[in-house]
Amino acid sequence: MSRRITPASRRSLLRGIAIAMLAAIFLAVPEAWATAPICENGATASPTMFAPRSVPAKMILDLSWLVWGICFGIFLIMEGLIILCIFKYRRAKDDDTEAPQIYGSNPIELAWTIVPTLIVFVLFLVSARTIFEIEKTSAPEGSLEITVIGHQWWWEFDYPEYGFVTANELHVPATRDGKRVPIYLTLESNDVIHSFWVPQLGGKTDVVPNHINHLWLEPTMTGTYVGQCAEYCGTQHANMLITVVVHPEEEFEKWVAHQKTEAVDDDTVAVGRDLFQRTACINCHTIRGTVANGTFAPDLTHLMSRSVIGSGVVSNTADNLAIWVYDPQILKPGCRMPSMKLTKKDVTEIVQYLLTLK
Amino acid sequence: MTALDHSGNPLRAKATFLGRMHEWVSTADHKKLGVMYVTTGLLFFLIGGLEATMMRWQLAVPDSSLLSPSDFNRLFTMHGTTMVFLVGMPILLGVANYIIPMQIGARDLAFPRLNAFGFWLFLFGGLLLYFSYFGAQGLYGMGSSPDVGWFAYAPLTERTYSRGHSTDYWILGLLVSSFGSIATGINLITTILTMRCPGMTLMKMPVMVWVMLIDAILIMIAMPPLAAAQVMLLFDRLMGAHFFDVQGGGSAILWQNLFWFFGHPEVYILILPAFAYVSEIIPVFCRKVIFGYPLMVAATVSIGFISLGVWVHHLFALGLSPMVNTIFMGSTMLIAIPTGLKMFNWVGTMIGGKIRFDTPMLFSTGFLALFLIGGLTGVMLSVVPFDWQVSDSYFVVGHFHYVLFGGLVFAIFAAIYYWFPKVTGKMLSETLGKWQFWLLFIGFNLTFGPMHVSGMLGMPRRIYTYHADRGWELWNMLSSIGVLVQIAGVTFFVWNVIQSLRKGKDAGADPWDGWTLEWATTSPPPEYNFEEIPKVYSCRPLWDLKHPEDPDWKYE
Repeated sequence: MSRRITPASRRSLLRGIAIAMLAAIFLAVPEAWATAPICENGATASPTMFAPRSVPAKMILDLSWLVWGICFGIFLIMEGLIILCIFKYRRAKDDDTEAPQIYGSNPIELAWTIVPTLIVFVLFLVSARTIFEIEKTSAPEGSLEITVIGHQWWWEFDYPEYGFVTANELHVPATRDGKRVPIYLTLESNDVIHSFWVPQLGGKTDVVPNHINHLWLEPTMTGTYVGQCAEYCGTQHANMLITVVVHPEEEFEKWVAHQKTEAVDDDTVAVGRDLFQRTACINCHTIRGTVANGTFAPDLTHLMSRSVIGSGVVSNTADNLAIWVYDPQILKPGCRMPSMKLTKKDVTEIVQYLLTLK
Repeated sequence: MTALDHSGNPLRAKATFLGRMHEWVSTADHKKLGVMYVTTGLLFFLIGGLEATMMRWQLAVPDSSLLSPSDFNRLFTMHGTTMVFLVGMPILLGVANYIIPMQIGARDLAFPRLNAFGFWLFLFGGLLLYFSYFGAQGLYGMGSSPDVGWFAYAPLTERTYSRGHSTDYWILGLLVSSFGSIATGINLITTILTMRCPGMTLMKMPVMVWVMLIDAILIMIAMPPLAAAQVMLLFDRLMGAHFFDVQGGGSAILWQNLFWFFGHPEVYILILPAFAYVSEIIPVFCRKVIFGYPLMVAATVSIGFISLGVWVHHLFALGLSPMVNTIFMGSTMLIAIPTGLKMFNWVGTMIGGKIRFDTPMLFSTGFLALFLIGGLTGVMLSVVPFDWQVSDSYFVVGHFHYVLFGGLVFAIFAAIYYWFPKVTGKMLSETLGKWQFWLLFIGFNLTFGPMHVSGMLGMPRRIYTYHADRGWELWNMLSSIGVLVQIAGVTFFVWNVIQSLRKGKDAGADPWDGWTLEWATTSPPPEYNFEEIPKVYSCRPLWDLKHPEDPDWKYE
């Protein structure tokens, strides 16, 4: 079958394939994140580890390039050898003799034991250093501490320093050269194991019931970053999304001041408010300043300051809210909030009320 | 005992259908059990593949609503469980069952009836698991098949979060079949240690026998902790114990440690047989003795040893202390060294050979090329900070499919093409085999290559849908297209087997000009394997016979 292929044409074919493979691998990856579209809820790019926006994420990427380089080098050498064998040591058509029998060679075998050992040793030392740098067992100095609580299938963010609780959207200030603000998250779970992962801000850390974990982030650029739960946690694992909004310092302080306030009390939506307070809503949801003080579901005090509902399943618009209040199972099948069997009119009234919770 | 014809084969033509059924069901012959293991494994492979196809169909486009979330979750749970416990395990046990006694010149395994017992436990364990589709319709209709993922992390498996009986079916199905595996493991160890033919010292065993010995030892060490953990979980679910029930003070971390103390050696239990098959096939098709036999054996033993001490690398994101993470990063990187050695020695065998690219060799070469990638991404994943980014993402899905599909499944196909003539007396078609290889090779890379990219772009595994705005569309579409190509490849295989069984070329005793003892007897072999127990002087007894002027034992 290979009679008409000359060694020269074989070599050029080989070279062509090699170049094409290299190009594909080198171009595809950066291309993927550079061209990722702006998404609906305002995030800037695909949640890729190649566009780090935080100190630990950058450290991980720097180490990853080294790992990539080493592994890619080994890949090229080994695949090259295999391809070489395929072409060079293919049996000639009518050669029925046996190949010379070589049982082994101590110097060669010793060499290819020692070289990988050395590579592994170097890789181990470099990586170990990064582990100890990133995995902080106590809060770094001057850090903002936030407690993250994983629920099936949404996130609760507790700001003990400021005394309020919010959901699904984590707001943090950006760190600056003059004033570093590390974010030190305490991770707890209310039910099963989840995992907090926003690739552009850092690696993932599991959120485990009966076990407290910590995660250090230190965003260096403002913007909206997306991530999601990375440990399978049940039916709606796919829609347990995370949005992190990184503000400039002053903007963050404004946001905090607003979140600290109690809910707006607007008499024009009294019908909706009374409906909300008469139905089961208040057993699960809190709206500070009213009788609603449930803690099983997201705090709604400043619902309209958030861009998404259902932990990111849809954007936070009046229409989506109406569908959600009518029957959450339409938008997020399997989620823990049941349909309250409200009439269309009641739904409209409640949504009118929710829309005032700026 | 059935009547035998002149070459020692049972007289099948005269047997009635019921008679033949009875013969298969009641057999304790290692060859029949081997065939049943592999056939059942391949059938489950088709089912598991179908499950994967449905998942890829759902994920081909963003915001797809083809499958409901719970259906999708059931599919990936069943896909993973099936492929590991009902495809990988039975095929590796089946091939070992058939080939090992013949390679060591024995007439059967040490405990033939225990062997049959092991097979039936496996089969009914598998059926029990699949019966959940009918039988687990529990409270609130939340039954049906298990939906907790193949590693079933507590407390998701506790009664609070997993109503109905689907998780109970998962536990019991695997418990039953893992007892079967333990039994067969013990059987293999005993056989290899006590039933070798005269002259076959430990260092004169074929590489495959060595590898399967270590594999069986790993089965014996790793399976019992899983069984124990499953019994504990069963206590939690059915009797209100609190081992993993966090609401009652149990520990979610305990399950992860117990599971992966089984789970990681299990990965090596699955990949070692792949090493075994290619270690047999590559030398024969390169017409060259395996390079560095003692080092191969040493590497196998050290892989077995180290693989028992790396399980925490599945838990790098669990929030263990930096010191624990560092230690297990070290042990994980360490295992790359013996694995790399094997890779070098296989390539070393090819260098200077006269390679015949028949289908078994084609699949073995495919194994080398693909397993290399899986191995290297494995080294990358051992780097804890990198793992923090990509663990539980599609990168990991890509990685372990390169190991278990590109590695194990390609090696299994190599083994099937290699030993099918021995088992049936018929050759598989080379043309169809080559079609199958290229379709599978292209389809495989198209499916699992892009997964590395989508993982690094932040796509977690086990999500039933994703939004259109995350830059994952292209990669998922490519993955799904690749599945179609793979299906075409597998279709060629099924067609090839059916065709060759009906009118394949006669194989003769030794179609590949092989060197180990299984090629010294007829194809298919008689029930007692060898008329006379052979006596060997080296690792390659048939080489010595074929080349009396230059036998191996002169050099060993």
